[in-house]
Amino acid sequence: MKTLAELQAIRDRMKSQMASRGTADGSDIKIVVGMATCGIAAGARPVLNAIVEEVENRKLTNVKVTQTGCIGMCKLEPLVDVIMPGKEKVTYVHVTPEKARRIVAGHVVNGNVVTEYTVDGEKA
Amino acid sequence: MEELALNILDVACNSVAAEATLIDIDVSVDTKSDKLSISVSDNGKGMSKEFLEKVTDPFATTRTTRKVGMGLPLFKMAALTADGEFAIDSETGVGTKTTASFKLSHIDRMPLGDLPSTVVTLIGAAKSTDIVLKYAVDGREFVFDTRKIKKVLDGVDITESEIIVWLKEMMKENIMLINGGLAI
Repeated sequence: MKTLAELQAIRDRMKSQMASRGTADGSDIKIVVGMATCGIAAGARPVLNAIVEEVENRKLTNVKVTQTGCIGMCKLEPLVDVIMPGKEKVTYVHVTPEKARRIVAGHVVNGNVVTEYTVDGEKA
Repeated sequence: MEELALNILDVACNSVAAEATLIDIDVSVDTKSDKLSISVSDNGKGMSKEFLEKVTDPFATTRTTRKVGMGLPLFKMAALTADGEFAIDSETGVGTKTTASFKLSHIDRMPLGDLPSTVVTLIGAAKSTDIVLKYAVDGREFVFDTRKIKKVLDGVDITESEIIVWLKEMMKENIMLINGGLAI
């Protein structure tokens, strides 16, 4: 069973990591998942959870995973935006947990946009 | 929607939008009376009587991107098709409480689904909003409270991926223990 003592240990480790890394300086990568009724019904929750797990497994401490409401493209949900510092936002559509893991590996880690999962890529 | 936990997530997202600082999610199962009850209450800004009356109408919505809101109608339908009941109480400036009950053994009752994922998703949606999950099966109870977790974290961000993954596993373990082999 997981205990609060275990959580305390994680906390202490993160505190010392934060001290050595310094505060966020705008160089963070942002991943945003659409999470309104349309997104949730289309499967956004497992997508979000897959992204969080992938970020955690790869120890990507400079990546922030956040959520947003409906942005009006419901038939393309689940939608995921990847925003790299200094670059234009990339929107992925019809994302699944598997696609999400590939996006983290390909785009977030290696900097290569996974074109086939973007709006334009799907049409092609 | 394929699971009740997704309906809970959707309803609780409304609480976040209503600027709630505390969301209480109550899930209780009673095998003797063959009933599953779910309630989501918040201390958000509430709804006016006029809006409350039409809130389960798909064409009533606060969103501005389009004119249809399916969240509450879907949750209501899920309860009614499983021989259950559905109600919303709300008062402007006080908060909103949504309750749904289901006949546990009804063939059309949706599975409860992944409650821990719903809770951690909510934590990520609004880290300043506190969430309390009470999960009970036949009197055995598990209570999860982000206020307690935040106290332990002592300033470390609760939405850090490592914390989120840990919290999810912790809830999973406890819920399995409370279920005692029951599939809900």
